[in-house]
Amino acid sequence: MSEKLYSISVEVNGVARSAHVPARLSLVDWLRDDLRLTGTHVGCEHGICGACSIMLDGEPVRSCLMYAVQADGHRVTTVEGLANPDGSMSVLQDSFCKCHAMQCGYCTPGMLIAAKGLLEANRHPSDTEIRAAIGGNLCRCTGYQQIVDAIHDAARRMASGAK
Amino acid sequence: MAEEKSPSGFRYIGTKRRTKEDPRFVTGRGHYAADIALPGMKHIALVASPHPSARIVSINTKPALAVPGVLYVLTGEEFQGGTDALYVGVDAPKVTRYALARGIVRYAGEWVAAVVADTRAIAEDAAELVEVEYESLPYVIDPEAALAPDAHLVHKAHGSNVLYHRKFVWGPVEEAFAKADHKLAFRATWGRSSTVPIETFGVAAQWDAGTGLLDIWASIQMPKFPDQAARALKLPGNAVRVHFDVDVGGSYGLKRGIKHTVLVGFLAKRLGVPVRLIEDRLENMRGGDMHGPDRFFDMQVAFDRDGTIRALKIRAVDDVGAYAGRSPLQLGKPVGAICGPYQIRAIEYEPTSVMTNKTPQEAVRGFGQAPTNFALERAMDRVARYLKMDRIELRRKNLIRKDQFPYLIPSGTSYDSGDYHAVLDKALAAIDYPALERERDEARKAGRLAGIGISTCLEPSGGNTSFEILFNPKNETTTWMDSCLVRVDLSGSITGLMNTSSSGQGHETLVSTVIGEVLERDPAAIRVIHADSLSALPSNSPVGSRMAIMLGGAAAGAARKIKDTLVAIAAHNFECSPQDLEYRDGNVNVKGVPSKVLTWDQLVEIAHRKYHQMPPGIEPGLQAKFVWEVPTGPTVPTPDGRVQMYPCYSFETHIVYVEIDPDTGKPSLKRYVCGHDCGVMINPDIVHGMTYGGIAHGIGASLYEKFAYTEDGQLASGTFMDYLIPSAMEVPDIHIVDHCTPSPLTTFGQKGSGEAGYLGAPAAIANAVNDALDPLGVSIDTLPMSHLALWERISSAAKKSA
Ligand code: FES
Ligand code: FES
Repeated sequence: MSEKLYSISVEVNGVARSAHVPARLSLVDWLRDDLRLTGTHVGCEHGICGACSIMLDGEPVRSCLMYAVQADGHRVTTVEGLANPDGSMSVLQDSFCKCHAMQCGYCTPGMLIAAKGLLEANRHPSDTEIRAAIGGNLCRCTGYQQIVDAIHDAARRMASGAK
Repeated sequence: MAEEKSPSGFRYIGTKRRTKEDPRFVTGRGHYAADIALPGMKHIALVASPHPSARIVSINTKPALAVPGVLYVLTGEEFQGGTDALYVGVDAPKVTRYALARGIVRYAGEWVAAVVADTRAIAEDAAELVEVEYESLPYVIDPEAALAPDAHLVHKAHGSNVLYHRKFVWGPVEEAFAKADHKLAFRATWGRSSTVPIETFGVAAQWDAGTGLLDIWASIQMPKFPDQAARALKLPGNAVRVHFDVDVGGSYGLKRGIKHTVLVGFLAKRLGVPVRLIEDRLENMRGGDMHGPDRFFDMQVAFDRDGTIRALKIRAVDDVGAYAGRSPLQLGKPVGAICGPYQIRAIEYEPTSVMTNKTPQEAVRGFGQAPTNFALERAMDRVARYLKMDRIELRRKNLIRKDQFPYLIPSGTSYDSGDYHAVLDKALAAIDYPALERERDEARKAGRLAGIGISTCLEPSGGNTSFEILFNPKNETTTWMDSCLVRVDLSGSITGLMNTSSSGQGHETLVSTVIGEVLERDPAAIRVIHADSLSALPSNSPVGSRMAIMLGGAAAGAARKIKDTLVAIAAHNFECSPQDLEYRDGNVNVKGVPSKVLTWDQLVEIAHRKYHQMPPGIEPGLQAKFVWEVPTGPTVPTPDGRVQMYPCYSFETHIVYVEIDPDTGKPSLKRYVCGHDCGVMINPDIVHGMTYGGIAHGIGASLYEKFAYTEDGQLASGTFMDYLIPSAMEVPDIHIVDHCTPSPLTTFGQKGSGEAGYLGAPAAIANAVNDALDPLGVSIDTLPMSHLALWERISSAAKKSA
């Protein structure tokens, strides 16, 4: 293959990664295919479903709408990086399990990223704020109710100091 | 979290318990088709027809083959020569379907060639270089036009665009119409939508020439999938091994990528390398053959002035698109609940399945029942409006009463149990109906468009396949079993083996809960695995809201055999009769003598190692399988087409309050209550989740989602920007009210719930929207009721009154 390659350095889930990638490689393909971080999913590849959401420097973004080269020098967190340092589930992940905030699990990594983005900015979100925060993430299984419940649950637990 | 005790006296069933599946999903450790990476795996991109109907004049693959990294370009010519046509549900042998077209293309998006390359990106580059010359042919897009005598024939050899047509008459229909005080007629139209899972379809295959075995990993939910794949590939059944441990990213009946699988299997074998195909979104929406019912109903209702519905005439025309598959049978399943939850004694049903030059249909949640329920519920509201009778009173009057079960409907199906009045009353109380009416009336006074909608609907469950033999007497399928194997290993750990894949229904939780219940062991410690098709027992996959009933029943049956074996071992060792023993938490003691006990560990040890302590005639080791037939079984239909369709009938009532912005036509759902009775719930969180999800899906089907076609046969909504799936902003807070009428036919009294919500939501929302439009003197009976459609209705009323 004669495609020109660009070198990038990205901090992914706390680990420095470098690679040589073609300009047209999307960030999600780099994460999934090259780094084998398959927790981030692809649902539409045109920025609507949110299944590919990741954190870029602490903000939720759609990794299907970014090229890997654009992540150069940035910090990426995927669902694989959401657990506590000791490997146990974070409160948010645990609340999702407690409230059964999923069925097939396909949208779940993106939902967790959206929820994390919300809770980092707003420790006591209202129903409407939660719905707005996950409004860009489609779930076909749950009707969102148990996801909203789980985010409330996580907010309550985090407010009382749980990790 | 503390576990609550089940209200019904079960130890684990019905309690709030965490699921087995969720932890792997929240940690990003699901295992989906797109996560499969086989060493040396190649990737497929597809070349699709831009024409709705055309002759393929020539295909030039050379420019594509010249791209570095391209391994192969497969065309329909070679593919159809090497494989058999896919299975068709109805008797239409000339309507042949393959993954790649040869000679003729019949819809825009139909696959014409497949490019295999080192990466998906290279395959896509090369796919653009495949030169296909087409010669356009006439086409037909509208189903009514397709029924006209001079219509363009989608499949010339079939001789007609009609795939299936029959008029059923059950009971004295004409007499009822002659005697009834009133009659009304209307058309209700269900738009072409589908379940549209967020994960597209994906499949990977690997051929081992040494063993002659084709391994398949797919995001599949399909009965008889391994068998059909093997047949089409002209392989013996035992040369195809489908791995059911792939997590499926949503399906709701739909993920039946048989054509994809045959294509990938063929290429893996032909090229001797592992091959994978993951649909992109457009391929999924356009060429994935996964649209849903596209149906209109010409409804006629005969009723008396007191509100008694005497008879119905239902003509249903369903546009299945360019090929058949199983989709025409989606007109057959509603036969088993054709009068809904009502006492209607005479029914004429005339289903017609017609082909057009559109994307083919696949099975969608409810298998045709949701559109039927929508038409029935619109009929109920129209009758009430005609008689100026309260809609709830009309329903109460016609609903089957609790004391009438089992209740035989005119089309030959017996409903198992129910208490429809109680569920309706509970839901009305939960939403505070009088207050809701006041809220609506005040909103109207303030000049807003506000409406309340109600539906009372059935969810047939326990899926058998009686519609197959009903619609195609040549197909004598009268069993639709499911199975489970339970094994206790030497360490005393329990493993349950299920024999199909899951797409979010929580089957591992189901099986472990049921086994735990029977064996009185902690479900959290029970492992459940998905067999591959060569080590699996028979299964018909999670269709027709059947797994709680069928897999649950099979798991219970196998666990009971284990329990019986443990008791027999104890009886032998205590030299007493099994009746003198009691089983508690896995230990067996002599009744009244707790100290005379053989513990779980001791019993397991005997079964695995101490043959000298085993009773004669019992196999060593500790495992049991159970194959369960659908209660009531599929039966053979009578000559006039009466048949026992599914065994169990769940019930749901929806009450929804909507306000519509008169300036934009934008509806917003302000309140939503669903009363639901699916018998005994194995895991309430799972049941509620599926019900919420079904309602959201129903909101989409009724207000937003449509695979729209242009007049020149192009799909106009092939992305999520134009095919609109409801987000958390469109789906309101939903309140579910449970009720439990156990089924007398199932192991624990459970019924199905996989299609819950979706079967009643569109009906209720359509009724709410019409209630809101009522003061303007306009109505709408076409789904989806888009903003534009509503705005047009509202402005036409404004013009009329001006
Ligand atoms: S895959 Fe990125 S938004 Fe859908
Ligand atoms: S859990 Fe299946 S799409 Fe959200």
